[in-house]
Amino acid sequence: MAGGRYLLLLAQEHLDFRLAEIKSLLSLCGGRFSNQQEIHVNSPFWILDISSEEMTRELMKRTVCAKSIFELWGHGKSAEELYTSLKNYPVERMLPYLQSDSTYKIGIHTFNKTLTQVEKIRKIDALEFLPFGGKVNLKKPEHVFWILEDYGMDPNNIPEDPLHLYFGRWIADGQRELIESYSVKRRHFIGNTSMDACLSFIMANHARVKANDVVFDPFVGTGGLLISAAHFGAYVYGTDIDYNTIHGLGKASRKNQKWRGPDENIRANLRQYGLEKYYLDALVSDASTPIWRKGMLFDAVITDPPYGIREATRRTGSQKEISKSTEKSTENHVFVSSNYHLSDIFFDLLKFSAEYLVMGGRLVYWLPIYRPEYTEEIIPQHPCLKLISNCEQMLSSHTSRRLLTMEKVKEFKDQDQYSHLLDSQYMPYKGHNSFRDKYFSGVTKRIAKEEDDNQK
Amino acid sequence: MKLLTHNLLTSHVRGLRPGGGYPLGIQATEVKLSPVDFNAQFVARMVPKVQWAALLQAAQSLGHGSDLPPEPAPGYESDEDFLRRLHHVLLEVEVVEGILRCPDSGHEFPITKGIPNMLLAEEET
Repeated sequence: MAGGRYLLLLAQEHLDFRLAEIKSLLSLCGGRFSNQQEIHVNSPFWILDISSEEMTRELMKRTVCAKSIFELWGHGKSAEELYTSLKNYPVERMLPYLQSDSTYKIGIHTFNKTLTQVEKIRKIDALEFLPFGGKVNLKKPEHVFWILEDYGMDPNNIPEDPLHLYFGRWIADGQRELIESYSVKRRHFIGNTSMDACLSFIMANHARVKANDVVFDPFVGTGGLLISAAHFGAYVYGTDIDYNTIHGLGKASRKNQKWRGPDENIRANLRQYGLEKYYLDALVSDASTPIWRKGMLFDAVITDPPYGIREATRRTGSQKEISKSTEKSTENHVFVSSNYHLSDIFFDLLKFSAEYLVMGGRLVYWLPIYRPEYTEEIIPQHPCLKLISNCEQMLSSHTSRRLLTMEKVKEFKDQDQYSHLLDSQYMPYKGHNSFRDKYFSGVTKRIAKEEDDNQK
Repeated sequence: MKLLTHNLLTSHVRGLRPGGGYPLGIQATEVKLSPVDFNAQFVARMVPKVQWAALLQAAQSLGHGSDLPPEPAPGYESDEDFLRRLHHVLLEVEVVEGILRCPDSGHEFPITKGIPNMLLAEEET
């Protein structure tokens, strides 16, 4: 089916992540993000030019940011403009859906306002001039049409009339139901920092994961990011330096539960969702010293490295310290210790990705940010990787994390070629080594202030 | 640990000559066969990624070497019989307990409950 103009209706959450998700998915489906009219990125309504209806369906099979997509038949800033726009829409494009032997329904969706049933019916009836030939069927119509009205972004100042109106034929819904079905609340195996389901799927989409890919997470924890990749048909590997987490041992992260049960590990998590066939392996390993033979082994690296706040940042070092969390496991497994500086984590991660990703493969990872000092310059770089997107999620008034997506655009040659770049030019993030201190300085100040206030 | 994984792993003990850490020798005390849904496209994709000689050697050491040809034959992408045998060796044979041995240094990485522990003390990295 030929393409044209489509209206994408988005969910109003994770606003900063949506554009990157939709762009990544469109390119994954063989298209390009294209809009003749300006997109207001924070609005739930985006008008896009997409080259085929098939491509819109492919997009909707993946997106968790968008609720629905419609073939756009008309739009305008007032009801009159909408009707004029509809009268200008080529009749031959409408007719296939208005046949006398077909059934249909018209619904109305309003953003930032609630209409009464009477108002809704009046607005639908106003479209009588459209050449609908079929019968109305409210239960199981073959074709569903929608009027969508935008009453702006301010819930405290709702206009009498909509600021913008749209009319379109519904094509498909997105994958937002995955958010509930994969909810961490019901997952067998979780950790203190398990990623919420929606963000996990967003990450898999930013990474353009596709069926039969091999995806790797070097700080895998309980495997949440692998679950989303596996849902989209990728085969998955994870490593973590923490023996207990990989084996599913030790203290549980759930309130009211003391120890982890026997069915709590990454493999069991995949099994819970019927995705066990995508499990390749989990290994105990230090991300700073790769265990893989050289080669372009991975289609994507998707990870949430430790920030040093709720989980420790560690790497193998010379102090022999017995790990604290081993009450159930007697195996001595980690020679824990030397502080793995945050900037080293990202340097290693980018270097690893540059070397082990296939060409065009993506690295998607979180970077913790101390906001008062943030500038774009501190984003880690590597000569083989191109920055695709940078999306912020606020954590507190002075901290946030940014989801960075990088794509391998250049082959990795001799690593010595890059060792002189170890420093400042490519790794100005060094200043964030004390992220942990800065994070806690805010907390300590707040606690001190509360104590002061309580004493007054 | 699956044999696909074994094929991609290398020892990173300090001071090895280039390539001296690969392939790791397998000494298995417990091996399990776990059925995995066959996916021809995935298996075919793995053929170019796999080091065939190392795969043969590893499969043989576990008693599964006879299922595989000495080399993948041209046109393997559409040879379902070959792909199924390869699928079995790469994904269905799992070492549950055992040891991975670095060829040059002799260092042993344990495999426990199917999970290899690749950690080294600092002196060794």
